[in-house]
Amino acid sequence: MRSVAVVGASLAGLTAARALRAQGYDGGITLIGDERQAPYDRPPLSKDFLLSRTSAEDLALTTEDDQSLGIDWRLATAATALDTAGRRITLSDGGEVRADGVVIATGARARTLPGAGGMSGVHTLRTLDDALALRESLCAGGPLVIVGAGFIGSEVASAALAAGVGVTVVEALPVPLAGPLGAEMGAACAGLHADHGIPVLCGSPVRELLGGARVEGVRLEDGTVLPAAAVLVGMGSVPNTEWLAGSGLDLRGGVRTDSRGATGLPHVVAVGDCAASYRPDAARHVRTEHWTDALRQPETAVRTLLAGPDTAPGTASAGGGSVRGLLPYFWSEQYGVRIQFAGARRDGDSVRIDSGDPEDRCFLAVYERDGRPTAVLGMDQPKQFTWWRRQLAAQWAAVAT
Amino acid sequence: MEHSETLTREGTVLVACRIEDLPPGESVRIDAADGTQAVAVFNADGELYAIDDTCTHQDASLADGWLEGCTVECPLHAACFDLRTGMPNGPPAKRPVRTHRVTVEDGFVRVHVAVPVQAF
Ligand SMILES: Cc1cc2nc3c(=O)[nH]c(=O)nc-3n(C[C@H](O)[C@H](O)[C@H](O)COP(=O)(O)OP(=O)(O)OC[C@H]3O[C@@H](n4cnc5c(N)ncnc54)[C@H](O)[C@@H]3O)c2cc1C
Ligand code: FES
Repeated sequence: MRSVAVVGASLAGLTAARALRAQGYDGGITLIGDERQAPYDRPPLSKDFLLSRTSAEDLALTTEDDQSLGIDWRLATAATALDTAGRRITLSDGGEVRADGVVIATGARARTLPGAGGMSGVHTLRTLDDALALRESLCAGGPLVIVGAGFIGSEVASAALAAGVGVTVVEALPVPLAGPLGAEMGAACAGLHADHGIPVLCGSPVRELLGGARVEGVRLEDGTVLPAAAVLVGMGSVPNTEWLAGSGLDLRGGVRTDSRGATGLPHVVAVGDCAASYRPDAARHVRTEHWTDALRQPETAVRTLLAGPDTAPGTASAGGGSVRGLLPYFWSEQYGVRIQFAGARRDGDSVRIDSGDPEDRCFLAVYERDGRPTAVLGMDQPKQFTWWRRQLAAQWAAVAT
Repeated sequence: MEHSETLTREGTVLVACRIEDLPPGESVRIDAADGTQAVAVFNADGELYAIDDTCTHQDASLADGWLEGCTVECPLHAACFDLRTGMPNGPPAKRPVRTHRVTVEDGFVRVHVAVPVQAF
């Protein structure tokens, strides 16, 4: 393999470029990214960055060492198509890149609210520019209505409170975070809003945004009208896979890959938020959307890419990614509380409080199925959480092999 | 499990704990009584190492981290630090943590706090 194109210049893409070199690949690397900024870190965008406690420079993912990677950077350039042989990428500037191998790392974008198009004061939060615009709205004062009580919505609510902006959170589901955490623990996390006097209106979706050129309010299905100077839509994300239409790749729910990052096309792998990778534990494809996965998957996927398509599944991955890298993990920070979750919870798992008390917002909960732990949730319990994460990873590795 | 104790200062030497309180695979955080940088001491398969406790990325305690060989993984965002050199082996940390010499005298683990290394 003499040339590799990495599409998407963010956490997963940059990590893939580093992994290529770390694994001894010495051919050309072209890194194509449609944002104009060099790779930056997104998690602080909904946390310290909104409060100007972190600067744009602090967000930079690249370091001095990356200069030695010899990357041909194509920033502010979108990939618009991948041919069916997976060898040629068409670019938005009219050019094209030919490569022997392709790493797809185009991530995801924020889902928008239908009908919000063009109305000023309506925000989503995915990019640095999004965060700058939202920060400006926060500086201008409230009220802010947050649509969606997921992690990003909740973190922004916490930042808005710290910025002195009046905020209301609306959530279509009866219980926030029930998807990732289950109803019981979702309610415990959502309790953080109530602790800080932030209203969370659950169970009524948004019917429409009110206002003209600028948003003035939000009307819910139940008729409630909430005045708004700004709205943040935090309704999850959509994988950036449209550019791959016609490539022959399976794009159901993201770029489908096997557990080692291989797609249906030879010499094409996919990593990070755009990838729906097969998870043996769940016996289905999962698009995890966790920072840690975007950081860990490239090591395995690049190994798969360099090993070539003739390697049978399971053998290309000698060492197949570190054990801890396989266990899904994410964190969140709200109202000064650190939330950490690891494992794979399923509906029907029971929840056991291992230590602390959810009411105190300082506890460790273990999800169990058939008497075995499946996942762990910690609030301000990093040490205990780490211990559990270790147990789960060992169990996970035993199942994966 | 980690023990958090108030340290006693002997010049630049901190007494961390008794050696039997730090078995292999365990860590201890020494919260400096005078508010200076806390230190984390690890027993990596019998070898003792001390580093600054606070991750250079954000505000996490490395004593809470995941010890594997001579490496500790930050409990928050998974940056890994080499306990021997303090160097991070990858993102999101970009700067090393200070390392400190550890000795065992009369059954007590002592940390000889180092002068700061130059950050790059
Ligand atoms: C506000 C916010 C807060 C978050 N907080 C947390 C957190 O606390 N904990 C956690 O675990 N995770 C968090 N995440 C998730 C984490 O940031 C993502 O999992 C991670 O960024 C995924 O990295 P990625 O490289 O796969 O995708 P992305 O970061 O989405 O990067 C994909 C890149 O590809 C570019 N691109 C897209 N299409 C094309 C194309 N056709 N051509 C060229 N380039 C293209 C995109 O513009 C982007 O630059 C957060 C995310 C956001 C947005
Ligand atoms: S705080 Fe240690 S890696 Fe982020």
